[in-house]
Amino acid sequence: MFQQIMQTISLWALPAILLLILTMGLIKRIPLYETFTDGAKDGFKVAINIIPYLVAIIVAISMFRASGIIDLIGQVFSPVLAKLNIPADTIPIMIVRSLSGSAALGVFSDIANNLGPDDYATKLSAVMVGSSETTFYVLAVYFGAVGISKLRYALLVGLLADFIGIVAAVLVCNFVF
Amino acid sequence: MNYIFYFLIVISIIAGAINGRLSDVVNAILSGAELSVKVAFSLIGIMAFWLGMMKIAEKCGLISIIAKIIKPITKKIFKEIPENSPAIGDIAMNFSANAFGLSNAATPIGLKAMEELQKHNIDKSSASNAMCMLLAMNTAGFQLIPATVIAVLIGIGYKNPTEIIAPTLLVTSIAFISAILLAKIFEKIWKPQKEETCSNK
Repeated sequence: MFQQIMQTISLWALPAILLLILTMGLIKRIPLYETFTDGAKDGFKVAINIIPYLVAIIVAISMFRASGIIDLIGQVFSPVLAKLNIPADTIPIMIVRSLSGSAALGVFSDIANNLGPDDYATKLSAVMVGSSETTFYVLAVYFGAVGISKLRYALLVGLLADFIGIVAAVLVCNFVF
Repeated sequence: MNYIFYFLIVISIIAGAINGRLSDVVNAILSGAELSVKVAFSLIGIMAFWLGMMKIAEKCGLISIIAKIIKPITKKIFKEIPENSPAIGDIAMNFSANAFGLSNAATPIGLKAMEELQKHNIDKSSASNAMCMLLAMNTAGFQLIPATVIAVLIGIGYKNPTEIIAPTLLVTSIAFISAILLAKIFEKIWKPQKEETCSNK
């Protein structure tokens, strides 16, 4: 029931916004076509502005993932995490989910396919992946678009919140499943 | 960020050498660089579309109406931004788009909000408190329905994939609220922005 309502809202959210914007623009006698193209002109500029920031972050993260260090970190921490009832399979997700969204989804698909629907690791990693956004990517895109290179505390807050998210996921899943 | 950039690359090279995967690490440079451009180019079209739509929304006053509705909340979270700034409306639209999982719309609108915030920024090369707050809201990834994850679960024959929704929503809410609180706390204790002052991180 809840899911059906949510699906309907998700399906209609975009069309509804477009209808609202265009209708209101028409009523207020805004030159729709000119205004649209005028605003759209910046699309190219913004996308191009992001490239240097994306290259810095994505290349560094690609190298990091290719080096195999994530497995290494996993091996180091797995005895500790096993005591906290955290399956070793989910460790790569905890590390990767702040770095790369597609990688986190990839690891999650692996876990889900290998361990099957009834395994606790599948559920825990589903919650971890579903509740997160790729902090480094968001940072690169949002700050890149306006040319900001001094992040101040933004990254720290993002990573701390990610960590709190992981702890919350473990606690909630332990309780629910 | 300087240290993290250095750390990521140097550690990768060292770890790659130890693991005998140095060639993979080197290849990752090319694939990573290619991927960055792909990502940026794939944004151009959808970015242009939403920036165009948002321009209409701004001109006809829709953005300022939205901004007025959520003013009581944003006044607390984004103290430095004038109440009538279009940034407030953009931020509200960005949050709603994220919540409903419309990331195609959320990113362009979020970037427009970023540009509006940049207008109020006193040091154009460093992130203002409001920008850090917008980032905190976006990196926490608040989403009502984790659609992609549910799709994967359905794919492996998970009997009741919707049971994942409530725990995920709880976790994402905790992370989202912590992100806002953390940003507020750091706003107070971090070195304030000044022109040409750097507080590298």
